[in-house]
Amino acid sequence: MKKEGASAKTKFFKPQTRKSFITYAMVIVAFVVMQILSSGGYISSMLTGLLVPLCVYAVSLNLTVGILGELSLGQAGFMCVGAYTSAIFSIVTSETIENVWIRFPLAILIGGIVAALFGILIGIPVLRLKGDYLAIVTLAFGEIIKNVFAALYLGYDSKGVHVSLKSLSNLNLEPDGKLILNGPQGISGTPNDSTFIIGAVMLLITLIIAYNFVYSRTGRAVMAIRDNVIAAESVGLNITKYKLITFALTAFLAGCAGALYSHNFYTLQASKFDYNLSILILVFVVLGGIGNIRGSVIAAIVLVLLPEMLRSINSYRMLIYSIVLIAMMIVTSNEKTKTFISTNTAKFKALFKREKVKEAE
Amino acid sequence: MKNVKRILALTVSVALAVSCFAGCGNSAKKNSDTIVIGGSGPLTGDAAQYGVAVKNAIELAVKDVNDAGGINGTKLSFVFEDDEADSGDKAVNAYNALKDNGMQVMVGTVTTGSCLAVIEKTKQDNIFQLTPSASAQDVIKNDNCFQVCFTDPNQGKGSADYIADNKLATKVAVIYDSSDAYSSGIFNTFKSEAEAKGLDIVTEQSFTKDSKTDFSAQISAAKNADADLIFLPIYYQQASLILTQCKSANYSPRFFGCDGLDGILSIKNFDTSLCEGVMLLTPFAADAQDQATQDFVKKYKDAYNGETPNQFAADAYDAVMILAELMKKEGITADMSVSDICEKLKKAITDKDFSYDGLTGTGMKWGKDGAVSKDPKAVVIKNGAYSALTADDIAASTAQ
Amino acid sequence: MGFLNNLINGISLGSIYAVIALGYTLVYGIAKMLNFAHGDVIMVGGYVIFTCMTTWGLNSWLSIIIAVIACTLLGIVIEKVAYKPLRQATSLAVLITAIGVSYFLQNMALLIFGEKPVNFTSVVNVPSIELFDGQIVISGETSVAIIVSILIVVGLSLFINKTKSGRAMLAVSEDRGAAQLMGVNINRTISLTFAIGSGLAAIAGALLCSAYPTLQNTTGAMPGIKAFVAAVFGGIGSIPGAMIGGILIGVIEILGRAYISPQLADAIVFAVLILVLIIKPTGILGKKVSEKV
Repeated sequence: MKKEGASAKTKFFKPQTRKSFITYAMVIVAFVVMQILSSGGYISSMLTGLLVPLCVYAVSLNLTVGILGELSLGQAGFMCVGAYTSAIFSIVTSETIENVWIRFPLAILIGGIVAALFGILIGIPVLRLKGDYLAIVTLAFGEIIKNVFAALYLGYDSKGVHVSLKSLSNLNLEPDGKLILNGPQGISGTPNDSTFIIGAVMLLITLIIAYNFVYSRTGRAVMAIRDNVIAAESVGLNITKYKLITFALTAFLAGCAGALYSHNFYTLQASKFDYNLSILILVFVVLGGIGNIRGSVIAAIVLVLLPEMLRSINSYRMLIYSIVLIAMMIVTSNEKTKTFISTNTAKFKALFKREKVKEAE
Repeated sequence: MKNVKRILALTVSVALAVSCFAGCGNSAKKNSDTIVIGGSGPLTGDAAQYGVAVKNAIELAVKDVNDAGGINGTKLSFVFEDDEADSGDKAVNAYNALKDNGMQVMVGTVTTGSCLAVIEKTKQDNIFQLTPSASAQDVIKNDNCFQVCFTDPNQGKGSADYIADNKLATKVAVIYDSSDAYSSGIFNTFKSEAEAKGLDIVTEQSFTKDSKTDFSAQISAAKNADADLIFLPIYYQQASLILTQCKSANYSPRFFGCDGLDGILSIKNFDTSLCEGVMLLTPFAADAQDQATQDFVKKYKDAYNGETPNQFAADAYDAVMILAELMKKEGITADMSVSDICEKLKKAITDKDFSYDGLTGTGMKWGKDGAVSKDPKAVVIKNGAYSALTADDIAASTAQ
Repeated sequence: MGFLNNLINGISLGSIYAVIALGYTLVYGIAKMLNFAHGDVIMVGGYVIFTCMTTWGLNSWLSIIIAVIACTLLGIVIEKVAYKPLRQATSLAVLITAIGVSYFLQNMALLIFGEKPVNFTSVVNVPSIELFDGQIVISGETSVAIIVSILIVVGLSLFINKTKSGRAMLAVSEDRGAAQLMGVNINRTISLTFAIGSGLAAIAGALLCSAYPTLQNTTGAMPGIKAFVAAVFGGIGSIPGAMIGGILIGVIEILGRAYISPQLADAIVFAVLILVLIIKPTGILGKKVSEKV
């Protein structure tokens, strides 16, 4: 009788549903804990503002690396697109749309959609490549986006909008005009709309999107392509379409992360979205487990908060990250270590299950 | 993976607990019989030489004021904290520590980044702030903060005036860092003033912090335009590269820079003979012949193992002296509240009859915006040292 | 005249990219992996020369030799520790490891030498050449960079085509399995490739830091990535291709900086890479490789 009850329960909640709901619950608990800590002044508000965009970004990169099976080193470029477009939107509309609760979600959405458009545009040529070439080309696109945004001067006055790629004086802005983008010195005047609550909601939405995508028909098709392109093609899957959908989705999420990020700072430079940022997030993804969405979020939270707590190790932080990156890859990819781990985890799991059965009895 | 996650979770919670204890601060202590001046600047790290110079100069100035009878009989005292030139929490922590130690007036911070991190705090506490050397325009956007050094854009105007008035060049090239607020701020005002003064800017070349090693294209453009002076509103590290690369391109125009070039002579492993004849606009030259400068340099050298004071020391010395004079005028006493002192000093410093003659300029005056107005001084690098630029130097270098 | 001067500057920068690109092309051609850490080996070479010359006061020749030896050893160690365990792993795992190694070197240098850039003393002691009354100046660093890169290309081509080890490298790059069956020691050949590539990186470091006399922990990163672009442009795996690609990328970068915008020069270089990969993925001199099922 007991056994039947248990199986009925698992039927009601598919394992993946249970997994995703546990993750949502964890995010809510983490949010409450962080809220208490930050109201007590133990965590700076700056940190809580940064945490969410990095988590969202990590989920986005994990979809690329884990589900699509390709390494994108240009994800920071999409974040840059999202950050800039949403910030421009917020600056321009800061007087017409007064309500933050309407303006900011709109800004996030716009940042995400523009980034997704960039993703499709870039994805068409890029996704013909794979492996090392894909990584280096995404890196190239990331650098191009960063450099073009860093060279962009944008302002508006009574005569309309002025754009220049040369210098501030080429912009010919009237004295009454407002400068929005100041070349390499970036964007300034972004309203500080990003609050931790909006961030937490955004993270929840991201997770819902990510989990539903992974377990959807499209998600399974993409994973089939990742595991064996030829087999997938032979059963009639449209490789380009599925790859492009995934790429656009990750770009969308990265763009949303950028929007969340930019609304923490009064000023922001495009040079912040460089290749180092892509690598930092890659560390989160690798440490959390490639393809493991919950792992990425946990790793991002731990790796953002831990260095803040333990100041003394701060100068060694990146060194430790690099060693972790190498060690994780060798441990998880080498045949010998792989078999060692799988046998041991099997034993461990068996042990665990036996205990559970005992408890149930 | 599960046990790994547990360990991580445990580590985080332990770390959180530790940080809770770390939060316990020491309570404020106030020494009631002196007026406390607080200063903050980098005593460790890359910019340490700036902070140490400011700290020494404050100490010297406080001693001088007290020897001369203090503020209407009340002595000054000072506290100084290390902010590591950080533009985030370290600067704020240093500020909080100063407040705990009873600071009533602030001389600081030394660097622009740290200053921007604390200005909102000083505004909130309404504490009078006079920075010796944080030069960005944003530093003085609140009404309680004033500068002893020039605001960045003013250096551009001063440089253009100096070059035009002394006829240093007919064709000017500019190489500036467009990703840096200091550099492009100076460049923009330099350009508009140069146009007003009829200086011919033949080429404007920029670089960014992503491309700050190879200047061959910029130098070649300047050479091609036959520029006889290159204006360098940049920091000394990049300037040293430009000087080296100009030499290998066999191009030797005049070089003119701002206070960012101060420090170029102490770069390790750099052929400083390349700097001979480089002119820069900086408020202070240690070998200037006037009595006040010579007295200050002698006192500073005697007190700090023969070190020659730089412009940061001079700015800081002036800052304390200016404060002392204002305090005497307003009859500030040790038992006044921080906010009362601030209101009185704010009124006094912007008084149109108030002006101060110091080491870094004569006839210094302040407007409501917090910026100082004073005449800039130019120095030239001669025999491996900064010396005041004279008409003879200009004539000599023109003859070359 | 201005254009000629810019062209010369471009060729000078391009020659340095060519030497770096040779290291990439060798390793990619033979070990079939993108050695992201190659650029950082250049930085290590620069610091070794800097320490030898400035701290220990050695002369420039001796310093370069020490740097070449140090980088060669470093290359072998990196290969043995980080890449060898991953011979059978996916390219994703190898790439992430290479990024890890690159970051490791950068942060190690950061801890040892600090964040502040140091000024590098040029190892070149050749007078500059003046043409047309000094209108055009070819600096000593430029002439040395061009000559050294040509010498290396010629030497490397001879080594690969004429010596036994060189032919073993060719064989491994063609077909690893078949080469092994023919008695070629795969591990030794790959180690040798890394050794040569890293030794070249030390020379590239000497040239790069002499031409642009500054050195910090990220000095090698961007030139490294651009040199990879050059290697792809010229056709990956091809030695003359690396030379041609390097010089073209150098010229494009300098002309872009001079005539278009200094901010956009890097973007132009990367745009070239994307165009090449879309139009002719094998590069100028590359061979077409059909993929096996």
